[in-house]
Amino acid sequence: MFDLDRWMEIYHVLRSNKLRTFLTAFGVFWGIFMLVIMLGSGNGLQNGITRNFGDMATNSVFFWTESTTIPYKGFTRGRTFDYDNSDITALSEGIPEIKYLAPRTNVGGFNGSSSVIRNLKSGQFPIFGDYPVFNKIDPVTITSGRFLNDFDLSEKRKVIVIGQRVVDILFEPGENPINQYIRINGVYFKVIGVFRSKRNGEAANQDNQRIHMPFTTLQRTFNLGNSVGFFNITSKDGIPVSVVEQKVIEALKKRHFVAPEDDRAIGHFNLEEEFRKMEGLFNGIRWLVWIVGTGTLLAGIIGVSNIMLVVVKERTREIGIQRALGATPVKVITQVITEAVVLTTFSGYFGLVTGVGLLEGISYLLDHSGVNTEMFLHPGVNFNVAVTALAILIIAGAAAGLIPARKAVSVKPIDALRFEL
Amino acid sequence: MISIRNIHKSYLNGQNSLHVLKGIDLDVAAGDMISVMGASGSGKSTLLNILGILDTYDQGEYILGGVKIKRLNERKAAQLRNRMLGFVFQSFNLISFKNAMENVAMPLYYQHVKRKKRNLIALEYLDKMGIREWAHHLPNELSGGQKQRVAIARALITQPKVILADEPTGALDSVTSLEVMDQLHEINKSGITMIIVTHEHDIAARTRKTIRITDGLITDIVEN
Repeated sequence: MFDLDRWMEIYHVLRSNKLRTFLTAFGVFWGIFMLVIMLGSGNGLQNGITRNFGDMATNSVFFWTESTTIPYKGFTRGRTFDYDNSDITALSEGIPEIKYLAPRTNVGGFNGSSSVIRNLKSGQFPIFGDYPVFNKIDPVTITSGRFLNDFDLSEKRKVIVIGQRVVDILFEPGENPINQYIRINGVYFKVIGVFRSKRNGEAANQDNQRIHMPFTTLQRTFNLGNSVGFFNITSKDGIPVSVVEQKVIEALKKRHFVAPEDDRAIGHFNLEEEFRKMEGLFNGIRWLVWIVGTGTLLAGIIGVSNIMLVVVKERTREIGIQRALGATPVKVITQVITEAVVLTTFSGYFGLVTGVGLLEGISYLLDHSGVNTEMFLHPGVNFNVAVTALAILIIAGAAAGLIPARKAVSVKPIDALRFEL
Repeated sequence: MISIRNIHKSYLNGQNSLHVLKGIDLDVAAGDMISVMGASGSGKSTLLNILGILDTYDQGEYILGGVKIKRLNERKAAQLRNRMLGFVFQSFNLISFKNAMENVAMPLYYQHVKRKKRNLIALEYLDKMGIREWAHHLPNELSGGQKQRVAIARALITQPKVILADEPTGALDSVTSLEVMDQLHEINKSGITMIIVTHEHDIAARTRKTIRITDGLITDIVEN
C-alpha cells in the first residue's frame, strides 16, 4: 500500500541535509560503480583473450616430430623421423576416443612460406595441405566460395582456399578471386574460396594470410612423398583430450621405433590444458573483483548505516513525539529501514546504470573506432550480475538501517521526548 | 478513570539511586479537571509521565480506564497512548515539516485512517480551536498560542479519555494563557478528564482540584 506520509518523511529526512545525503549516496554509488566497471573490464579482458582462440575446439591436441633423445632398437639418439600417411589410418582406427583427426603438412616446413604470384603482384604466404575436417577443429568464416571437400582430396585437385589478406595483396580492389588462378612455386592453382579469421588483432592477421590446399595435392605437387608434418586431434565429447593425447603418443612411439621412455621425440601441445589454466586465471580475476568490489560496496553501506545513526539521533525527539502519539516500534523501525533502503537503492541503482552505461560506451567506441585490440573486447556485465548486485544493495540497505532502527526504539519515549541535541 | 496506589519510582544515576516518587495514591474521576503543583524536582512531571505511559514505575498499581498498566510491551503502550490519552506539552512538540492539519491528523495515521478522511477530521478540530485558516501553515509560521491550539487539537482528535497537559501555558504570554485555559475548560466540559501540571497559581486555581506534591509525596489536596 502506498503510504504518502512515509514517503514525505523520507523526503524530508533526505532533503534536510542535502550535502550529507549526497556524500552518503556517493559512497554507495561509487561502490557499485567500481564493482560494475571492474567486472565489466574483467569480462572485456576475457572476451578479448578467448577471441584469440577463435572458435578453435578447446579439446584439441597437436603432434609434431622432434629428434629422439634415447637410442632404441639399434637406432642412435638424435635421429629425426617423419609421420606418414599410414599413421593417419592407424590412429583413426586404433583410437576410438578420437573425434576429428586432421593431418596437415606445409611447404617449407613449420612456419615456412612460399612465393605466390598472380599477374604482376606477388607475396610470401604459408601454404598448408589440409583435410576438410580441419575447418571443424579451427574454423574460419568462409566469406565467398567454399572450403576444401573430400573430392578435392581424393582427386588431388589443384584448388586453394585463401585468406582475406592474400586477396587484398594479390587482387585488385573489387575483383572477385573465385575461379581465378594464382601461381605457387611455379604451379597454378584455382581459388575456390576466401575466408576470414574468427580471431582478433595480430592472430587474425596471421590467419588471414594462409593458403589452404588439399592435403594430397600438396604432398604430390611439392614432392613430399607420404610424409605428414603435423596432427591436429580432438577428443570425443565428454572425454578429456589428455586421454587421447596419451594413447596417440604411445601409438606413435611404437610405430616410429621411439623408446617408450623417450618423452621428447613426440612434440605435442594440449590446448585444453592451456585453456584450463586461462580459465583458472579468469576465475581468479573474477574472485578478486568480487572481493574488492563488495569491499568497496561494504564501505559505502557502512557509511549509510553511520549516517542513519546520526539521523536517528538528530530525530530522537521527533521519534519520541511520534511514539507518544501512538507510533508502534514496528512503525518506527520500518520507517528507518525504509529510509536506508531508499538511500542505498537509489544511489546504487544510479551507480549501476552509470557503470553499465560507461561500459557500453567503451564497447561502442571499441567497435566503431576500428581499433583492433587483442586484449580487450565487448566489456560488459550480464543481466544476472546486475540484478544480483541490486538485490545485494536492497538487502544491504535493510541491514544498514537495522542497527539505527533498533537504536531509535531502544530509548524510552519520555527520554526521547526530553532529548536535547 | 485513573486510580494509582502506592506508586514508587527511582532513577538510577550511576551508583546513586534517586527516589523520586515515594508512594503516591490518587484517584481521578471521569470528567474531572485537576492540577498538579510542586517545586521543580518534586516529582510532578514524573507522575505525569507515568500516567501517560511514557515512563515505567517500580512499584505499586496503576489502572487507567479499567486497564491495568504494568509491564506493557512498547506496542501495547503505544496503542493505549493513541486511544486513551492526549498530550499537550509546554514546548508544543509539533513536527516541523508537517503543516498544522497534518500534525493534528497524526494520531489517526497510527490508527490507519485514510489520509483524506483524517485530514477532514483534522480540519474539523482546527475549526473547533478557531485556527482553521492556518491549517496549511507549517509550525514555524504560527505564533505560540496557535501552536498550542494545534497541539490541543492533535490531543483531541482521537477522542481520548484523558488529556495530560505538562505546563501547557508555560511558554505563552498571560493573555494567550487565559485563552488556552478557556479552551481546555471547554474540552473538559465535553466530558474529557484533564490533568494539568503547572507551577502558576492562577492556572491551578481555575481547575476543580489542586494536588500539591512535595518530595515525592502528595501533601495537600485543595478543592478550588
